[in-house]
Amino acid sequence: MKKIRPLAAVAVGLVATSGLAACGGGDSGGGTKGAGYNAAVDKVINASDTKGGELRLAISDDFDSPDPGNTYYAWSQNFVRLYGRGLLTFKPSAGPDSNQVIPDLAEGPGQTPDNGKTWTYKLRSGVKYDDGTPVTSKDVKYAVERSNFSDELQLGPKYFKAYLQDNSTPYKGPYKDKSPEGLKSIETPDDNTITFKLAKPFAEFDYLVAMAQSIPVPQARDTGLKYEQKMASSGPYKVDSYERGKSMILSRNPNWDKSTDPIRKALPDKITLQLKQSGDDIDNRLLAGSLDVDAAGVGVQAGTQGKLLTDQTKKANTDNPLQGYLRFASLNLHVKPLDNVHCRRAVQYATDKVAMQSAYGGPLAGGDVATTILPPGIVGYQKFDKYPQTYKQGGGLDDKTLQAAKSELQQCGQPNGFKTKIAGRSDRPKEIAMAQAMQQGLKQVGIQTDIVQYPAGDYFNKYVGAPEFVHKNGVGIMLMAWSADWPTGYGFLSQILDGRAIKPSGGNNLPEEDNPAINKAFDDAIGNTDKDARAKIYGQIDQMAMDDAVDIPIIYAKALLYRPSNLANVGISQGYGGMYDYLNLGVKK
Amino acid sequence: MPRIVFAYLIRRVIGAVLMLVIVSMVVFGIFFGIPKIAGQSNDQLAASFVGKAPTAEAIAQTKHRLNLDKPIWVQYGKWVKGVVIGQDFNNGPSVEHCSSPCFGYSFKNNQAVLPQLEDRAPATLSLAAGAAVIWLISGVSVGVLSALKRGSVWDRAAMIVALGGVSLPIYFTGLLALAIFSYKLDLLPGGGSYVPFSQNPGTWFQSLILPWITLAFLYAATYARLTRAGMLETLGEDYIRTARAKGLPERTVITKHALRSTLTPILTIFGMDLGLLLGGAVLTEHTFGIAGLGQLSIDGITGNDLPVVLGVTLVAALFIVVANLIVDLLYAVIDPRVRLG
Repeated sequence: MKKIRPLAAVAVGLVATSGLAACGGGDSGGGTKGAGYNAAVDKVINASDTKGGELRLAISDDFDSPDPGNTYYAWSQNFVRLYGRGLLTFKPSAGPDSNQVIPDLAEGPGQTPDNGKTWTYKLRSGVKYDDGTPVTSKDVKYAVERSNFSDELQLGPKYFKAYLQDNSTPYKGPYKDKSPEGLKSIETPDDNTITFKLAKPFAEFDYLVAMAQSIPVPQARDTGLKYEQKMASSGPYKVDSYERGKSMILSRNPNWDKSTDPIRKALPDKITLQLKQSGDDIDNRLLAGSLDVDAAGVGVQAGTQGKLLTDQTKKANTDNPLQGYLRFASLNLHVKPLDNVHCRRAVQYATDKVAMQSAYGGPLAGGDVATTILPPGIVGYQKFDKYPQTYKQGGGLDDKTLQAAKSELQQCGQPNGFKTKIAGRSDRPKEIAMAQAMQQGLKQVGIQTDIVQYPAGDYFNKYVGAPEFVHKNGVGIMLMAWSADWPTGYGFLSQILDGRAIKPSGGNNLPEEDNPAINKAFDDAIGNTDKDARAKIYGQIDQMAMDDAVDIPIIYAKALLYRPSNLANVGISQGYGGMYDYLNLGVKK
Repeated sequence: MPRIVFAYLIRRVIGAVLMLVIVSMVVFGIFFGIPKIAGQSNDQLAASFVGKAPTAEAIAQTKHRLNLDKPIWVQYGKWVKGVVIGQDFNNGPSVEHCSSPCFGYSFKNNQAVLPQLEDRAPATLSLAAGAAVIWLISGVSVGVLSALKRGSVWDRAAMIVALGGVSLPIYFTGLLALAIFSYKLDLLPGGGSYVPFSQNPGTWFQSLILPWITLAFLYAATYARLTRAGMLETLGEDYIRTARAKGLPERTVITKHALRSTLTPILTIFGMDLGLLLGGAVLTEHTFGIAGLGQLSIDGITGNDLPVVLGVTLVAALFIVVANLIVDLLYAVIDPRVRLG
């Protein structure tokens, strides 16, 4: 008998297994033809009103909390609307339309008689919880009080606390303050009316009440930190079970009345969300048709991208939307020689953005090369390019661009370049790859850099978000990514460019930009109820910051999402940062 | 039970308790000490339990709520007190009592740790026990056969497969198995299909077939190689030659003399491996979406969640201690030379 050579056997085995691996995935989830590449970016596709079936979602993470008052994650804000109705919400739509906030529990948008200092909402009549009790304005007030003022619920945003008038004795939240009036700046003259009184005008208050924290919570059913285990439902579904790290199961809320809810279709009979699943397995299940949605909405894994893009049938089921994120590099104004605007401008010119884009995953998984701080799709975005770059045929910045950088170095008094550090997150390999690409680009004009890596968990609290650390260690350039809590220039820019957002630690204004003109522009905008005028100011703020050259926009982040053909009413929501809108999804049988 | 065995058991139990106390101190020390050496403050730790862009007020409130504003020995004392007499936990509108032994509350999800461990343990136990049966039987059998047919095609093929098993990581073999048997051939349930035995024994069994085989493949390979090496060494011993010279049937020589001797070190390793796995089969649980102790430990570590890390570490240590104790007792069954009394 002829002996088998061990090496040959191993080779045959490996070839066989890799071939089989490539077979993973089945029939594009449902077998019908996809609607086309990017079909769901600007319009809702596979429209359907057919009820029934089970919508299956999975995610590789868990909620921060499914309690609407205690969550910040974008996907969670999107998802909780299935079992809770806030005063307003983002329109279940696609494209620019999905940035609009529309009435949900409220009958209409907020009414403000005093240019944004007082906001009143009228609630729809007849809305009930899953136990049949009516929803009242007092429950909305209570929800805002518990989520923003209690010591226990700390995971969600605190915008109401920041903008509402406080009591004469600071309000401590409903768990400590048992007085019947609670926070006096939220008034509920009757069961269907709620009025918010702010400390100063805030023209974008409608966006704040579109967050999950305005979803009503009846005080009698509130169990504080345990509320996530047994939540009151005001939406079309109720939560049958939520097990941390495992799953959430929703079924129909028998007391939801379609006549009170013009925006929801409530198609599936059952919704399951599996938590803490392997990202690769989620992709395989989507392709095989045994899963309908990756709830994270941040795109398929790197290994799956090739599989989707090389197969035209599968590609027809993909979308490549902007994610509302900007990946950028901040230049600290207090680290020499970057305190000189010309040195910062030299870095602007000499940063090889295309190489950094490639390092992050290329145009599809990384995103488009950016020239503005505000990404497209955010209210106030204006297209401009203060530091135009051109590239050589085979890649790399051309001589003209490098010359522009050198000219700025001359004006900075550093004709031969200088030394500084680039910071990135050690546990984000793609960010470190970007830092390396940046390092190579800067080297061409004599700017020598060392890459310093810090763990993501402490990145802002301890390192780049702590000015003292940054100054002491001479960290001139810091890589980061940013998205808005609501899709306007104020929502996006105020935390990263307003001088009043500089903090001793945990801040996001990494350059420590404190330009009085920019600070004033923020105040002017947010006190102006004319949304077009606000949008114009946001564009001007972007221009001013780019004049100061404090941030280098690198890429407008994009992701490659997959939608099985059996999924109905699919559209990319810009309001939730470029993921599918979960409100009206259904499954075709 | 002979008195000497009883005394031995008592000594081992006392030793185990002491070891668990030391483990808890070490984990506490690592959690607080190492980040402190690297410069982390309690504010920064507390900030990881507050939402995006936390305010100084929110950080202070959280630090106080989680006792992070107290010295480390006070925190350790409170934890020990919880284990011994229980502790109270403020939910906001109400205070709940966690009875002894209370392992504290998760910093991240505010749930008591012990019920989480109890909830996750059956999944890990199901996974580890099933896989252990498969790898022990298959690994030892293949190893014995390879040793007996040394140099044959069978031996070479088995050792190549074993080499593959040792070399290929579970997240590769697991995903490959899922791609083929679940998503391509539709023969077995896919990832995330695990249900507890009490809920549906049939689905429980089906959902664990691939995880069992994948996990067992890794270990069986090691056991096959160890068994083969052990058997080859033993078969060359004088007493084996003597046994054969006495005219004992080959079957008896192999099973009663050679294998018995080979199994002693295998059993030692088996005890360690099973104990470690019972503390969480991290990669297998992650690949197949099984919510077991391994996933809980990873969540605890990545989330700076000390009470959870502490709980999982103690459970893992306990499993290792118990598994080793059982193995030590089993030595007496396998090897008459170490029999007590």
